[in-house]
Amino acid sequence: MPIATASQTVGPYWHLLEDPAWADLTRFGAAGETLTLTGTVIDGDGAPCTDACVEIWQADPPASDSFPGFGRSRTDARGEYRFLTLRPGPVPGRGNALQAPHIAICVMARGLMKGLVTRAYFDGDALNETDPLLMSIETPARRGTLVAKRTEGAVWRLDIRLQGDGETVFLEI
Amino acid sequence: MSDPIPFRPYQPGTQPEYDTPAYGSTRKRHPMQKLHALPQTVTETTGPGFTALRFPPSEDLTTNTTGHAAIGERIIVAGTVMDENARPVPNTMVEIWQANATGRYDHPGDQHDAPLDPNFRGAGRVFTDAEGRYRFLTIRPGAYPWPNHRNAWRPNHIHFSLFGPAFATRLVTQMYFPGDPLLAFDPIYQGTADGEARQRLVAAFDMDLTEADWALGYRFDIVLRGRDATPMEA
Repeated sequence: MPIATASQTVGPYWHLLEDPAWADLTRFGAAGETLTLTGTVIDGDGAPCTDACVEIWQADPPASDSFPGFGRSRTDARGEYRFLTLRPGPVPGRGNALQAPHIAICVMARGLMKGLVTRAYFDGDALNETDPLLMSIETPARRGTLVAKRTEGAVWRLDIRLQGDGETVFLEI
Repeated sequence: MSDPIPFRPYQPGTQPEYDTPAYGSTRKRHPMQKLHALPQTVTETTGPGFTALRFPPSEDLTTNTTGHAAIGERIIVAGTVMDENARPVPNTMVEIWQANATGRYDHPGDQHDAPLDPNFRGAGRVFTDAEGRYRFLTIRPGAYPWPNHRNAWRPNHIHFSLFGPAFATRLVTQMYFPGDPLLAFDPIYQGTADGEARQRLVAAFDMDLTEADWALGYRFDIVLRGRDATPMEA
């Protein structure tokens, strides 16, 4: 049987693909409660990663002609990614579980041989207390690396630390 | 509600490691902690559905900037996208980007002292057909130096980005060219332990794809993660 092709780094020049509009998941006219998801991608020295490609995917609201469910953002000169999207609701987990609202994130960059997968949950959501993934992370501080904090209005911040102190929980899927 | 059928784990050794010391940029960017295993849910087993209507294809990189011909050796790059069950992956978006014939990217971060080509941007996008086939017309990219180590040169390569049916099938990779002497010295290519897995990143010269008086053809087949058949499909 065929074997999956090996990943190779996205490198520093992936912006040749970039369409900045992709960071706005509402651009096709999606209606609903919007939110901004932003944060800084930080390396093992605490320095911002200014050349990363951050992608998001959410299973809710369901993708449609007006809502792609997928976005791509560069990190800027301060290492910040930024998406405008619709607020997700809960989705089924495995078995009879319910997953708290979340957005899947994939970080790719020079120096990353493969994408790094993580998630953004939303601080204060009651379902976080029973979410299967969050509950499976024993250390509260590590669990917190997946929980975006509201900074103002509908702006949510989740920094992504690739390495070292406060390292983000990255997922094997 | 029944659980989604998960995509199978990657075969050991067939993917590179995050911590690849020979590739210097991994040093401060690879995680130190073990990845946290997440049983796949609907979030991972579904994915974006790009359409040609919303994401217009651009299969000819040799003229897609200005309408004038780019400089360099025209090549046809084509192949099949399939899954690990050898089933074609139809209607999936394939994005490519690359350096021009001189080994220079049309990117402000690339300061290599080689000329830009005003008629070559170096980015394209196509969708696979019902049989999983894709095809680009482009320019053979040049090799270029990079600061990884003394006298470091990237082999000729074309970057590929694919999505497949799910968030879990996302793949970004690089296609290399047969017989390139730089492959032996490239820490990115060499970063995958399994020799056969590395070899599969090297396109094959293909006389059947080659078009007389026009362009050489290279075949690059791509395999995305597969999953066990559902009872409904069996």
